[in-house]
Amino acid sequence: MSAGQPPLDSPEIRRLTPVLEPGYTFTSVTDKISAIVLTRPTSLGWVVGFTISFGMVMMLTIALAWLITKGVGIWGINIPIGWGFAIVNFVWWIGIGHAGTLISAILFLLNQKWRTSINRFAEAMTLFAVACAGIFPLLHTGRPWMSYYMFPYPSTMGLWPQFRSPLIWDVFAVSTYGTVSLLFWFVGLIPDLATLRDRAITKPKQIIYGMLAMGWRGSARHWHRYQSAYLLLAGLATPLVLSVHTVVSFDFATAIVPGWHTTIFPPYFVAGAIYSGFAMVLTIAIPLRKAYGLEDFITMRHLENMAMVMLATGLIVAYGYFFEYFMSIYSGNKFDLYLTQMRFHGPYSHFYYALILCNILTPQLLWFHKARTNIPLLFVMSLVVNLGMWLERFVIVVISLTRDFMPSAFGRYSATFWDYATFAGTIGLFVMLLFLFVRVMPAISIAEMRELVAETSEDHE
Amino acid sequence: MEHRSHIYGLVAEFPTEHELIHAVQRTREAGYRRIEAYTPFPVEGLSEALGLKRNNVPLITLIGGLTGGLGGFFFQYWVSVLAYPLNIGGRPLNSWPAFIPVTFELTVLGAALSAVFGMLALNGLPRPHHPLFNVHRFAKHATSDRFFLCIEAHDPKFSLADSSRFLQGLNAKHVNEVEDD
Repeated sequence: MSAGQPPLDSPEIRRLTPVLEPGYTFTSVTDKISAIVLTRPTSLGWVVGFTISFGMVMMLTIALAWLITKGVGIWGINIPIGWGFAIVNFVWWIGIGHAGTLISAILFLLNQKWRTSINRFAEAMTLFAVACAGIFPLLHTGRPWMSYYMFPYPSTMGLWPQFRSPLIWDVFAVSTYGTVSLLFWFVGLIPDLATLRDRAITKPKQIIYGMLAMGWRGSARHWHRYQSAYLLLAGLATPLVLSVHTVVSFDFATAIVPGWHTTIFPPYFVAGAIYSGFAMVLTIAIPLRKAYGLEDFITMRHLENMAMVMLATGLIVAYGYFFEYFMSIYSGNKFDLYLTQMRFHGPYSHFYYALILCNILTPQLLWFHKARTNIPLLFVMSLVVNLGMWLERFVIVVISLTRDFMPSAFGRYSATFWDYATFAGTIGLFVMLLFLFVRVMPAISIAEMRELVAETSEDHE
Repeated sequence: MEHRSHIYGLVAEFPTEHELIHAVQRTREAGYRRIEAYTPFPVEGLSEALGLKRNNVPLITLIGGLTGGLGGFFFQYWVSVLAYPLNIGGRPLNSWPAFIPVTFELTVLGAALSAVFGMLALNGLPRPHHPLFNVHRFAKHATSDRFFLCIEAHDPKFSLADSSRFLQGLNAKHVNEVEDD
């Protein structure tokens, strides 16, 4: 989009904003994307970013070592607030992952071309977010070295897990989600790994990419089966992604705690997950396209579409908040009413107001085309939504637990240094893994970009 | 014909996917049957041109999904009713609605694993080396920007000289012998 064009606001131009800037050939997309991995020298920015995030990972290992030495008492949790940051962060991270699967699976089934240049790193983001999420419930068990108890295995004690418990559902949902996301990501990578194998100049790279590519040679019979498998994986991942956050919401919704025991939780958790996930995709995409000059591949159209998905899911989330409020009044249940009152006027009300500001009010700016195409504003907005979704989980977990049925069971919660260190550490882990990812794997699917080149060149003919 | 056993086939190179599809159609019309196309991305219409039938990946996926789902459900049934029954206020042991989330997850897991590993197994992957990689231009371009058509030596109609001339006649940019090893 250069200066000489008609105003960006006109609907014709908006429709024409391409998902791939014109002029690319099979060779040039291959060169441009594989060069990031194979030939581009490591930039100073990368080294600085990696070093900072690596430092944060070191902090995470210290926090975890101290946790394992002393126990979960170093966190701010105590009865009645047994679920503090650990569960807040778990739900936040797992929610972030959902956008990756949505982009790669649901938009694939809906045949949305704009998915192509963002699906690879969004899937990587999913994997890394699930990895960060998994840390928390594991440590929150208190004895992480005994966590294999949650899996059904023939033990000498003759014990089996309780399959009626949502926490066991969670184990199955999250581990299946992690596995299927990994498979989906890897299957998508196979043709690109073969490209890297064939273009790598040094022997170690040829061997490593060669092993990972498993001898892929682009045979038509292979593609034929590959496409079936990919389509089936997309079809399987679609209900899976909806089920995962549904199961996470069951952890709350099947309990009788006021504010948790509601039927709106599953859909509103799923919408919230996609909302925060798209915010995180934007948070990653905006610096990534800038740093590696990928503006032609991740165009304004992508950013704008993601902003629109954010707006839509944000409105579903707002609907969820409204109905939580409405149902507590409509039900006449005094515990629910009291909880709602506590959200507005209780000791944590500032979190609730911040949540409304971040998740409902600020994103209304996205109704405007000018806001959606203002990249710095969009970046700030994505951070605001990430923060807002974290606050949402904090409000749900902490306010309900500090104010349940009996005044004698009321309590207060505040996070400790170690809570913050662990949380910041997982952010460091996430960022570090992303830094490594962009340097060793193609951040955009090369094979799918070639397909896009073929399709767009046909459009012009 | 004495060196025929050392030859895997003949490979021809094309610059676009349209030329490749056209060449595949012509090759099949000429009566060749053991042919294979190689492309850097899935080309629409190529499977039809090669006359590929439906593949077995969906069937394998279905079987994997059913195994995961049924196995998952009856495993939970076995655990909760037979192996480790817990009587909690006289509630039914076979509380099947509570088993649905895990059954669903295991259905998806079984189906996804069999889709991926079924696809790889049917494709004969991993196979780190293949005779085609002996052709320099194939190894350099097949996964980037060129489209290849290979007539394999065990095609009944294959003859080094005639097939080579035939491929040249299709406007192929390069025609190479593929050494078998």
